[in-house]
Amino acid sequence: MNSAETLYQAFASSLDVDLSEINDDLAYNSFPKWDSTAHMILVAEIEAQFDIMLDTDDIIDMSSVAKAKEILSKYEVSF
Amino acid sequence: MTDTLIEEYESHFNALLAQPVYHLEQSQKEQLLLPLLNLLDRYHRQQCPAYKNIVDLQDGPSEKVESLPYLAVRLFKQLALSSIRKESVFRVLQSSGTTSQIRSQVILDSATSARQSKVLVKILQETIGKARLPMLIIDSPGVLKDKANFNARAAGIQGIAFFGRDHTYALDENMNIDWPNVEAFCQKYQGQPVLIFGFTFMVWQYFIEALLNDNKDIELEQAILLHSGGWKNLESKKVDNEEFKRVVEELTGLRNVFNFYGMAEQVGSVFVECEAGHLHAPLFSDVIVRDPFNLEALEVGKEGILQVLSVLPTSYPGHSILTEDLGKLAGVDNCSCGRKGKYFSVSGRLPKTEVRGCSDTHKVESS
Repeated sequence: MNSAETLYQAFASSLDVDLSEINDDLAYNSFPKWDSTAHMILVAEIEAQFDIMLDTDDIIDMSSVAKAKEILSKYEVSF
Repeated sequence: MTDTLIEEYESHFNALLAQPVYHLEQSQKEQLLLPLLNLLDRYHRQQCPAYKNIVDLQDGPSEKVESLPYLAVRLFKQLALSSIRKESVFRVLQSSGTTSQIRSQVILDSATSARQSKVLVKILQETIGKARLPMLIIDSPGVLKDKANFNARAAGIQGIAFFGRDHTYALDENMNIDWPNVEAFCQKYQGQPVLIFGFTFMVWQYFIEALLNDNKDIELEQAILLHSGGWKNLESKKVDNEEFKRVVEELTGLRNVFNFYGMAEQVGSVFVECEAGHLHAPLFSDVIVRDPFNLEALEVGKEGILQVLSVLPTSYPGHSILTEDLGKLAGVDNCSCGRKGKYFSVSGRLPKTEVRGCSDTHKVESS
């Protein structure tokens, strides 16, 4: 799996939705299943999959799939 | 008209976000807060007829923060105060209050909710740092399960959870301490910084007293303990902030203990205790102490009713609230910790008000 696929998979399993529903435009607070609880699960899943530690600024900023990619690139994950 | 007001508000708010959380002097801070608070006052008058009716005696923008209108906190119990359309409601936050008491309703849209999270993070980063620490929560995991009845206690835990990783709950569903879980956590992170969070009363009753009663010895020297929710239920045990800190240190070696003052009606813009033991008003909020009899603003050192101001709420008119808490200003711009702005203490509740505070939401069986 490439990084994008890994990320999409992390979103799909954390938000408990089908992989086909995940795209870069998917945003926090506009997608009912992506609430604060799911957000914390998602953060833990991304950290485990990419073996990184996100700080508090990152998890507040991570408001869409596209934004998650941007944040991950700070940690040398390339898409 | 409405959209332009919100745009103007957003642009002022974003400019405010660029400022340091605790390092503006009071006069500079007020210059930034006043236009935002006046915009919020105008906006809520337009959007919320109940707010307009209540504050209508006063018209036009205020020239100083002290002269802005304010709502009594109990109005949030009597009225569902909202400045948004029904379809924009993202979450209704219930304030604390045990089953026998009426709860407030705080109506949030996604913009206000996001602003609250962002500001809470900015404020607490000043105390905890940016790294997310392994986190021990002095509560039961059951508290988050009841989504339909999402109360201030659950919202508080969820807000602080952003600062943690490997979230571990210290209590079971019956509020008994889960020793295997707690001991495994302490062992796993021995000698490392960890974050502990709980409501004041629950930390005392279910954690500190359990440590005492079960004769347990745990080492948490590197931990930061954040707690909130009020002291009311600890008054009968004669436990105040100093005693709380003394016993916590004696039992666990933990010295970094920080109380914070906040309320469901103004989530996000909390007042956190500094190293010198004072509560500080951060960039996003302010406090005014008012005479209980004539409601005049009081000077440093005089006890009165606390009014709290926050620039965060656009979905409900909660930017200026007269609480039912008593306290006094300890000073302005000159705390020994180095933070600027107002710092204060909370001494209790107004007589004849309800017992209320996040840590009181768990009803204790009377013995």
